[in-house]
Amino acid sequence: MAKNIIEKIWDEHVVLQEKGKPAIFGIDLHLIHEVTSAQAFSVLRERKLNFFEPHRALATVDHSIPTRLNRHEIFDEMAKKQIETLRKNVKDYNIPFYDMDSGNQGIVHVVGPELGLTQPGMTIVCGDSHTSTHGAFGAIAFGIGTTEVSHVMATSCILQKPSKTMKVNFKGKMKKEIFSKDLILALIAKIGVGGANSYIIEYTGEAIKDMSMEARMTICNMSIECGARAGLIGPDEITIEYLKGRSFSPKNEEFERAKKYWLSLQSDKNCKYDKEIEINVDDLEPMVTWGTNPEQCIKISEKIPYIKDLPESARNIAEKSLDYTKLKEGQNIKGVTIDYAFIGSCTNGRIEDLRIAANILKGRKVHKNVKMLITPGSEAVRDIAKIEGLYKIFIDAGAEFRMPGCSMCLGMNDDKVPSGKRCISSTNRNFVGRQGTGSITHLASPALVSASAIEGKITNPKKFL
Amino acid sequence: MRAFKAFKSIAIPIPLKNIDTDMIIPAQFLTRVTKEGFGENLFQRLRENDKNFPLNLKKYINAKIIIADENFGCGSSREHAAWALVEYGIKVIIAPSFADIFKSNSAKNGLVLIELEREKVKNLLDKAAKENLMIFVDLKNQIIEVGNEKVKFIFDEFTKECILKGIDDLGFLLERLKQIKEFKKEREKNLFYKTDGWNN
Repeated sequence: MAKNIIEKIWDEHVVLQEKGKPAIFGIDLHLIHEVTSAQAFSVLRERKLNFFEPHRALATVDHSIPTRLNRHEIFDEMAKKQIETLRKNVKDYNIPFYDMDSGNQGIVHVVGPELGLTQPGMTIVCGDSHTSTHGAFGAIAFGIGTTEVSHVMATSCILQKPSKTMKVNFKGKMKKEIFSKDLILALIAKIGVGGANSYIIEYTGEAIKDMSMEARMTICNMSIECGARAGLIGPDEITIEYLKGRSFSPKNEEFERAKKYWLSLQSDKNCKYDKEIEINVDDLEPMVTWGTNPEQCIKISEKIPYIKDLPESARNIAEKSLDYTKLKEGQNIKGVTIDYAFIGSCTNGRIEDLRIAANILKGRKVHKNVKMLITPGSEAVRDIAKIEGLYKIFIDAGAEFRMPGCSMCLGMNDDKVPSGKRCISSTNRNFVGRQGTGSITHLASPALVSASAIEGKITNPKKFL
Repeated sequence: MRAFKAFKSIAIPIPLKNIDTDMIIPAQFLTRVTKEGFGENLFQRLRENDKNFPLNLKKYINAKIIIADENFGCGSSREHAAWALVEYGIKVIIAPSFADIFKSNSAKNGLVLIELEREKVKNLLDKAAKENLMIFVDLKNQIIEVGNEKVKFIFDEFTKECILKGIDDLGFLLERLKQIKEFKKEREKNLFYKTDGWNN
């Protein structure tokens, strides 16, 4: 029977399926960070269990660490304790760990791929919903809660019920001002934040074929923002090229053997999906959100929708959203004044995102009323940015170039947007208070963020490209 | 996790779609390393911004049931959301749909999520907004009772068994370690990385 790639990887990882029970699902790689692991390690201790496969796990710190230069000094006592707890846990259980200044610390979803740990056909979990990022390599990768984290620690497995499958076809060619962030925002705007609940998505189409791995990761990263369990892209030559020579990639003959297996992971010609969706990329414009969830998103030339034009079920939330974001129905989104601009996160904190930002900021200045933060996704990204001279471009433009971490994406550390201030952000969620209590977030591509930082208002990046 | 017993409680109506886990428990409270201490910050931002938010009202002080609109629990995978709800005293949430990860996190903590058709949920929300709505929840028989009306709901058998007994499912996995080891050995053939062999 013809199978799609999701079904193929799924079937390869079912350890056991007993009648009337959920499947036991095998996990190939477990990524760990400080915020969602402490309570899971406690389960191991309470039940006197071993960590089943320490060599199939990797830990780093990202969420609650400062991104100041002197980041070793942590003023928040609870955050400090959380980080020290992780340090103790990885030592006690012999888990490979990239701490600050190891050269490989960073946002866990940036680190995995750049080390070559994320490979096609794998199943990857982490106590973080943006684990879907790793799907860009043709892996089934998804976020789990802390109890499931403890299950993976103890057994390298979790209990799962099969997901439905969805194919999203991005048809057409991307204009120069369109980035992969715009594609995924367009999908979320179309199907809604719950539109893919209980599905795993395969992204396909002409636009995906031409896309770099970094850009693909941005798309898969935000799968969760339309409710999908995971999102993936079938491996191709671009995937293989990216994996060549990375620290954990196989070498020489082993690489050739791996390549053969990886490229075999394709959806069969006549395979079926439970749902198929098409997005025409030719018609797309840069996208930007206006509300307090990622589906409240429009093209840059569009006006914020009138409440009466929205479906009944979306109206009361839209009213509340506009009240919070201090915008009006029917208003242009273009030209809205901003106070902050942020580039970073597991969505858009990779080297390519920084290059896009630098390309626009080069020789220009961040608007005098705007504070701009650029947080690289990892120490490796930061190092490359320095070598390539991006660092200097950012500093000359008047932006702050920080140390790696999740930073202002969720404001767990000191990097917060103050109450009532408006931020154009390359991140993934514009929820109420996401970037700090009272903060207002507009999600967009790194290009749109950079263009807006220069102009001091929400701006189409086209004229800078 | 305590065994779930049938109970009756006043229901808190929160007539919002897409209640996300940042609303349930904001990120600033996630630095704790234990499962305790999240309940007091449940819906912190909503409570802070709106003095009439139901959780601020006296009549709901001992309520154990929440009724909400579709896609409850979307966003982050933080289990802290389920911990906060349970510690606050919530035992049941009724909504037209729930986000996937939240569903799984709730099951692991004995929090019962009841999915009903949107029209039915809307009726309950309307009623609860007008009067003190008492609901009886019987998970064993998969029934809720509102006044004289009985409503059946669908619930996963395996999850039900765990919640009714008050056990989590790690035991189920641990009993099958032999098969898991066999699987892992086979899987090695198509795994091309290893992180061992270095010192911390």
